[in-house]
Amino acid sequence: MAGYRELLAQIKAEIDEVDPVRARELIESGDPLIVDVREQDEWDEGHVPGAIHIPRGHLESRIEAAATDRSQSILLYCSAGNRSAFAAKTLQELGYEEPVSLAGGFTDWKRNGFPVELSAGLDPQRRARYSRHLLIPEVGEQGQLKLLDSKILLIGAGGLGSPASLYLAAAGVGRLGIVDADVVDESNLQRQIVHSTERLGEAKVDSAKRTIEALNPDVEVVAYKERLTSENIDRILADGWDVIVDGADNFPTRYLVNDASVWHDIPVVHGSIYRFEGQVTVFKPGDGPCYRCLFPSPPPPELAPSCAEGGVLGVLPGVIGSLQASEALKLALGIGDPLVGRLLLFDALSGEFSDVKIRRDPECPVCGEHPTITEYIDYVEFCASTREPA
Amino acid sequence: MTSVRIPPTLREEVGGARELSAEGDTVRELLDDLMGRFPSLRRQLVEDDDIAPFVNVYVEGEDVRTRDGIDTEVRPGSTVILLPAMAGG
Repeated sequence: MAGYRELLAQIKAEIDEVDPVRARELIESGDPLIVDVREQDEWDEGHVPGAIHIPRGHLESRIEAAATDRSQSILLYCSAGNRSAFAAKTLQELGYEEPVSLAGGFTDWKRNGFPVELSAGLDPQRRARYSRHLLIPEVGEQGQLKLLDSKILLIGAGGLGSPASLYLAAAGVGRLGIVDADVVDESNLQRQIVHSTERLGEAKVDSAKRTIEALNPDVEVVAYKERLTSENIDRILADGWDVIVDGADNFPTRYLVNDASVWHDIPVVHGSIYRFEGQVTVFKPGDGPCYRCLFPSPPPPELAPSCAEGGVLGVLPGVIGSLQASEALKLALGIGDPLVGRLLLFDALSGEFSDVKIRRDPECPVCGEHPTITEYIDYVEFCASTREPA
Repeated sequence: MTSVRIPPTLREEVGGARELSAEGDTVRELLDDLMGRFPSLRRQLVEDDDIAPFVNVYVEGEDVRTRDGIDTEVRPGSTVILLPAMAGG
């Protein structure tokens, strides 16, 4: 039976090793995936710039998500070059063609005076809170730090804004803006789960802020207790938002948000609901259509189907608002395929999702080649007497 | 016969149906057939003899505005979706 030293010597004979000077050349000349296989506390104290962190114990289960191409060159390191030797052997066994181990490890790397990146890092409390995100390769620590640094603006703290704001807050989005001028009404509570019975009569933005801060103190809530208009929209957007989640309950606001998002170049995650059916899409300026490519102008007020009397199944905004949160997180993280150019339709009664293609209209009055709308339009208020978020 | 999906916002105009069969080889003919039977649909779907700007019509998942508009051909057995803008949130 071979002891540790014999086994290590045998493994090192079967894999390729490079010294720090050669490793640096590899990094500078090629584009190897650099994998740090040490433990969390070691990583936190500094690592090779550009490296990803997969502790040795998780290597087999996580490497395939990080390196889908078996012929990709991979540079593995630990502190002294022993754990990374075993890691290189493991990658060989998984079919990777070019894993190399850094001889002398991070210790020798530093001794050569080569660059070291310090982790801004999550503290242990945040590491625990977001542990289920940290386990997903597409999010991980870097992704979580990105979320904590991201800023998402919610239009409306009603049916759609409730689940969207709760999930974005739970996910650790660092700053959430909420625009809503309404107060919590009894008829809201059948679906607007960010509010509660004890908050009846309270401003929705204040109620949402209290719920969100109780859920996650990492989130800073910026409350705009006002109705979005052509007068205030530029001021609110100037506060710097990465993504807008549109959960408005009326056409004038939807069109204001659209036109402003094109002019401010901010992606909008759009959701709308009626009775048992909902729609979700992402309007990303420059990359896909905008709301006016889809619907050039709003219906006349008497045909507007957004009024409170239409009704809505309470859970429907839960489905659609959660899909909006999911799209907003993807945009903030820069992962996956956002719903750009696709309108996702959900029918709760039939239990079916379907989607239709939506395309950029070169003739679009706002984002087209020759825009004819260049300033905000305040459309006539619809259903003013019964207005409240569906 | 083509089956046309009726959106929730228009169901009251057609007696609650979620889907209707309609006759026609183009979107225009299908809409004429439907509006003939349910006249109150007209102002919800058509403006200036064209599809209203607050409505989209999809044939086989494609917006007819990116094809031949109201004159887009509809083959038998196609799925047609009427989709007016809805603002509820």
